[in-house]
Amino acid sequence: MKTLKIEDLSKNFGSTEVLRKINLEIDEGNFLVLLGPSGCGKSTLLNIIAGLETINEGNVFIDDYNVSKVEPKDRNIAMVFQSYALYPSMNVRENMIFGLKQAKTSKEKIEQQLEKVSKFLQVDQLLERKPSQLSGGQRQRVAIGRALVREPRIFLFDEPLSNLDAKLRVEMRREIKKLHQQLKTTVVYVTHDQTEAMSLGTRIAIMNHGVIQQNDTPENIYNKPSNTFVADFIGSPSMNLIKGTLKESSGEISFTASESNFEIPVKGYEFKEKSNLNNKEVFFGVRPEHIYFKKSNESDFEVSLRADLSEYIGHEQIMTFDYANQEILAKFPSTIKIELAKETKLYFDLTQTSLFDAKTKERI
Amino acid sequence: MQDNLKSSSYQQLEQKSKYTNMFLRWFLYFVLIIFASYFIFPLYVMVVTSLKTMEEIRQGTLLSWPSGLNFDSWAVAWGGRGYGAGDTFLKPYFWNSIKMVVPAVFFSTFIGAMTGYVLTKWRFKGDSWVFLFLLFGCFIPFQAILLPMARTLGALGISNSIVGLVLVHTVYGIPFTTLFFRNYYVSVPTELVKAARIDGAGFFKIFFKILLPISAPIIVVTIIWQFTQIWNDFLFGSTFSFGEAAPIQVALNNMVLSSTSVKEYNVDMASAIIAGVPTLIVYVLAGKYFIRGLTSGAVKG
Repeated sequence: MKTLKIEDLSKNFGSTEVLRKINLEIDEGNFLVLLGPSGCGKSTLLNIIAGLETINEGNVFIDDYNVSKVEPKDRNIAMVFQSYALYPSMNVRENMIFGLKQAKTSKEKIEQQLEKVSKFLQVDQLLERKPSQLSGGQRQRVAIGRALVREPRIFLFDEPLSNLDAKLRVEMRREIKKLHQQLKTTVVYVTHDQTEAMSLGTRIAIMNHGVIQQNDTPENIYNKPSNTFVADFIGSPSMNLIKGTLKESSGEISFTASESNFEIPVKGYEFKEKSNLNNKEVFFGVRPEHIYFKKSNESDFEVSLRADLSEYIGHEQIMTFDYANQEILAKFPSTIKIELAKETKLYFDLTQTSLFDAKTKERI
Repeated sequence: MQDNLKSSSYQQLEQKSKYTNMFLRWFLYFVLIIFASYFIFPLYVMVVTSLKTMEEIRQGTLLSWPSGLNFDSWAVAWGGRGYGAGDTFLKPYFWNSIKMVVPAVFFSTFIGAMTGYVLTKWRFKGDSWVFLFLLFGCFIPFQAILLPMARTLGALGISNSIVGLVLVHTVYGIPFTTLFFRNYYVSVPTELVKAARIDGAGFFKIFFKILLPISAPIIVVTIIWQFTQIWNDFLFGSTFSFGEAAPIQVALNNMVLSSTSVKEYNVDMASAIIAGVPTLIVYVLAGKYFIRGLTSGAVKG
């Protein structure tokens, strides 16, 4: 039984297609993050799961029960919003129990739930306050509490941290992580922040233009991006994509960047399909953090590159190098001194590379 | 030596700027006082004249101070002289106006709030067209609808009655009240409504429990606006009612125009003030919210 299953879901607003043939499954207790740039349809997808938007095509199942035409309140879900959406005229207590009251829960049960949750979230001292008298972090807690008291099957979070300042955001992120570890509830979480997605999710679905690009564990998303969009979207700075061709000679496969003639051997690379590789136009992907200043593995590939630009950011520095007239970025500790406009020896970690088809942009 | 020179020239400049500032300030106050007097002058004449006897009015000038606080003309304006036929006074019409203005303001405000709520929080296909057509209502000259409205009232059997006037004012208030509430609710996050829907609240519950409690500023604005419009209306009142059912503005007109013998300026002025006082009271009581509500509706946050 899947806690949440989405089947061939499509949605358009008028003539604009927002979601195209979405298929998604979540097991009990998983933390799924929907990640993507703004306008990719992730919030719409969340609203559809909640029942706040109608569906044009496809179905949504919760616990194998088709809820596509079921009212939001009967879906056994709870949602936390970006603007917290606390009812301004009610105090914290009324805000938290509003849902239970609507569901005609018994008074004892309501009190019991309220006490349990407010203690758990440390808002039991704030019960008589109005939302306007709370700080951002407190409001966020109350909003989570309002979702918790209902003991839903699925929690939906719609960019809950983006209204908080940077410091509080990191704090609340940890709290949400803790919350999930303790309660082991099923969560669908929408964000455009990759750090949030990486640190919170047990699975991440990356979306763009209404299509899921990759639905995988954070490790696989980072290490084995399934296409150039994911490779570019995850990581800061994003993955270097060097344009070039593959060469196959006597079983050995190597990569040559356009406008250059030195070959990078890619024999260690796990190809999905090991045929028709000769002369294939590809992007060779290597992350800035996988370009080293000192050789650290036997398989590291040595190149000499000219440094063009240096960006100092405290604990590290981002250097821009010229690789056969293509810009590539590398990240080093800021203690390393590299002279600009001079050739420097660098080492590519060949165990951490990706290759993408230049035409389809898919991983090969 | 040079430093001294410099500092003395700075002192001169400082002096100069001080004088310029002073002059500008005095000039500003002068202009403000002129405009203020221009606006307050008619009110002054009204109050002063209403407190004078006819004798004083004939002998004195327009601006002269009354000999004492003489409220006789106010009493006449309000309750009449006590003789039978032809004695028009404001009291019954004042209550007519109250009976008209209270339900009309209530209904138009309530309906406007509902429409504003639907147009912003329960969007439907073509809702912006509905809003656009409603807005037309704000720009239609009222003279244009007098005849059709008279026919409608006749068909409904409520012509020449206060109920009829309540209906007319409610209907013609809705475009304005909808505009106010719509603009206010646009700035209320729609996520509130979503959260309430997930919590299991329905259409009316969301309106009464969540939106209405935070609508105080715009309710005040709408009440002031509608109260002023309806209370001061003469056109609808004079067209759709006569005799006993007339609102105060119509009665005021009849009173001032139908005086047969001598023009009693003091009574006329007192009547005019009585007819204008309720809107003043409403504005004084709620004026603070008026400005606040208008801006909070128009500007986000």
